[in-house]
Amino acid sequence: MTVKSQITQADTQTVELKRFDLQVIASWIKPGSRVLDLGCGGGDLLFYLKQNKEVTGTGIEKRESKVALCIAKGLSVLQGDINDEVLDYQEDTFDYVILSQTLQQVYYPERLVNSLLAIGKKVIVSFPNFSHWSIRMQVLLTGLAPKNEQLPYEWYNTPNIRVITLKDFRKFTRDQGCTVLKEVAINTHHHDTKGHIVRFLPDWRATYGIFLIGKGNTT
Amino acid sequence: MSEYIEHDKNGVSVGLVEKKFFTFAEPPDSLILESNARLGPITIAYETLGTLDADKNNVILILHALSGDSHVAGYYSEKDQKPGWWDIMVGPGKGIDTDKYFVICSNIIGSCMGSTGPSSINPASGNPYGFDFPVVTIGDMVKAQKALLDHLGIEKILSVIGGSIGGMQVLEWAVRYPDMVVSAIPLATTTRHSALAIAFNEVARQAIMADPNWDKGKYYGRAKPNLGLALARMIGHVTYLSDEAMRRKFGRRLQNKIDFSFNFDADFQVESYLRYQGQKFVDRFDANSFLYITKASDYFDLRRQHGGGSEAEAFARAKAKFLVISFTSDWLYPTYQSKAMVKAMKKNNLDVSFCEIEAEWGHDAFLLPNERLSALIKGFLERNFAEGRKK
Repeated sequence: MTVKSQITQADTQTVELKRFDLQVIASWIKPGSRVLDLGCGGGDLLFYLKQNKEVTGTGIEKRESKVALCIAKGLSVLQGDINDEVLDYQEDTFDYVILSQTLQQVYYPERLVNSLLAIGKKVIVSFPNFSHWSIRMQVLLTGLAPKNEQLPYEWYNTPNIRVITLKDFRKFTRDQGCTVLKEVAINTHHHDTKGHIVRFLPDWRATYGIFLIGKGNTT
Repeated sequence: MSEYIEHDKNGVSVGLVEKKFFTFAEPPDSLILESNARLGPITIAYETLGTLDADKNNVILILHALSGDSHVAGYYSEKDQKPGWWDIMVGPGKGIDTDKYFVICSNIIGSCMGSTGPSSINPASGNPYGFDFPVVTIGDMVKAQKALLDHLGIEKILSVIGGSIGGMQVLEWAVRYPDMVVSAIPLATTTRHSALAIAFNEVARQAIMADPNWDKGKYYGRAKPNLGLALARMIGHVTYLSDEAMRRKFGRRLQNKIDFSFNFDADFQVESYLRYQGQKFVDRFDANSFLYITKASDYFDLRRQHGGGSEAEAFARAKAKFLVISFTSDWLYPTYQSKAMVKAMKKNNLDVSFCEIEAEWGHDAFLLPNERLSALIKGFLERNFAEGRKK
C-alpha cells in the first residue's frame, strides 16, 4: 500500500479564509509582498496569501504540532518564541509584519512593537477591545473582572495579561511616534466566519480592533 | 548513528538497487585535500533510485552519517535480510518519494563501504593505506561528491538531505556550492562539534588505538582491533540514545536472569545490548575508517572554514532554502546548535524553516519511523519542486 500525502500543494489551488478578522487583514496586503506572521498557528493566513496573492511568507509559531502542519503544507515557518525570533532579521526585511490576536498576551508590548517596526515596513496588529460596552457594564455593575465570549478566562488563569482598548492603542501609537495608516473595528468573535465592520461608536461597540501602523514618517 | 533497519511495515519498497562505482582524480590529477595532502585515484561508491527528469530538476542527494553507506533504500537481491538504512523514508510515496525524485546516495571518502578509505589499496605500495591514508575533512568528502555529480551531469540539486555527520555535509554543500543547491535539509546536526561531542569521539578513538591489535593502523591481513572497535561503538551508542530512551528500552531490567550474577557478566539488559551492538559492528566496519570519519566530524567547523569565526558570515554565500530539524532529546547535537544556524541563516535573509520534533529517542530519532518527520520533509520537497517548475 502506498501512503499518499493528505496535503496537496497544487499551484492553481484557491483557498478561502474562514476567520473574518483574517479576511480583513488579508485584504490589506498588497500582492507579491513579503509577510511575517507571528503566532501563525496552522498557517491558514499564510497559505491563503501565498495561493491568492503570491506573497512570500514566513511564520513563527511556538507549538511543534502547528509548525509541522505548516511546513507540511509547504509554508516557511520557524518554531520559536516571537519575542526572540523577531530579533534576528535585518531592518525592513518584510513589507508587513502581522501580530494577530497576540498583543494582549505579550509581556513587553512596547519592545515587541518597536522590534516589529524595525524589521517590517508596516505592522498589522489586532487585539480584543477591552472597552466594549458589555465589559464596561460588567465592571460597573458586578464589580468583577470582566468575562465574555472574547475573553472567557478568570483573572487568575487568563493568558490575556494586557488590558488594551482601541483608544489605548491609538494613544500608544502617538507615544511611540508611529502612524496609524488604517484602522478597522469589528464586532465578531475572531473565530467567526462572518462579522461586520463597526463604524458607529467603535470604542463602545467593537469586540476587536485591527490596526495597520507604519513608522513615524510613513504616509 | 545506530541501525534500525527493518522491512517496511506496509511492504512498500523502491525494489532492487545496484551499487555503482566512479573513479576519478587519477594521478597526476589527484585531489588536493584540505590538509594539502594529495589523494588519488579516488573511488566513490554510490546508488541511484528513481528516474532523472528530462530537465534534471528532480535530483535529491542524500548524505549518510558515520557508519552509513550508499545503500540508502531498497534491496540488492530478493534474498536480502534487510533493506538500505533509510528505507522508511526513501521509496515510492514515502517522505522522499522515488516516484517523483531521482535520489543519489554516495558513500563518503574515508569510509570502508566501497569508497576510497584507509582499508583501500594504496597504489604507491600495493598494500592497504592504513595510517598512510591522509586525514580527510567534511569539505573533502563534499568535493569528492561534487566530482561524482559532475560525472553524472547534474548541475542543480533540488535538495541535499542528511542527518548527523550527513547533516554536516549538507551544510558544507550549501555553503561551498551555493549555485547548485536549491534546498537543504540538515537534520540533527551542528555547524561544529561541542567539546562534549569531541570528548566522546576521542574516548572512542582511544579505545581503538589502545587495542594491541590496532598496531598503528597496520592490522590488515592480521587480527583486527575488534575489542577496541566494539568498545568505540558501545560508547557511540550511549551518545545516540537518551536518558528517557534508555529508561524505556532497558530500565534496570536484567538480561535472562532473576538476580545479579555477582561477577562481571552482562547482568543488565543495557550491558547486553551495548555488547551486542559492539560485536555486531566489528563484522562490517573498519576501525581505521572509524578513526578517520570521527576526526573529520571533530574538525568540521563551518564558522572557522567559511565564516572567519562567525556563524552568520559562514552562511553569507548560501542561497538554498533550508529546513532545519532538531529533536528534543538529542543531547549530542542539542537544539541550541540548530537554533544558532537558523539565526545565522535569518541574518542572511535566507528562507529557513525550523522544527524541533518532540522525540524521546535521542540523536537516533532521525533514523526512526516518525510520521511528523516524513510529512515535514515531504511538504518541504513538494514546495521546492513546485517552485522550481514555475520558474
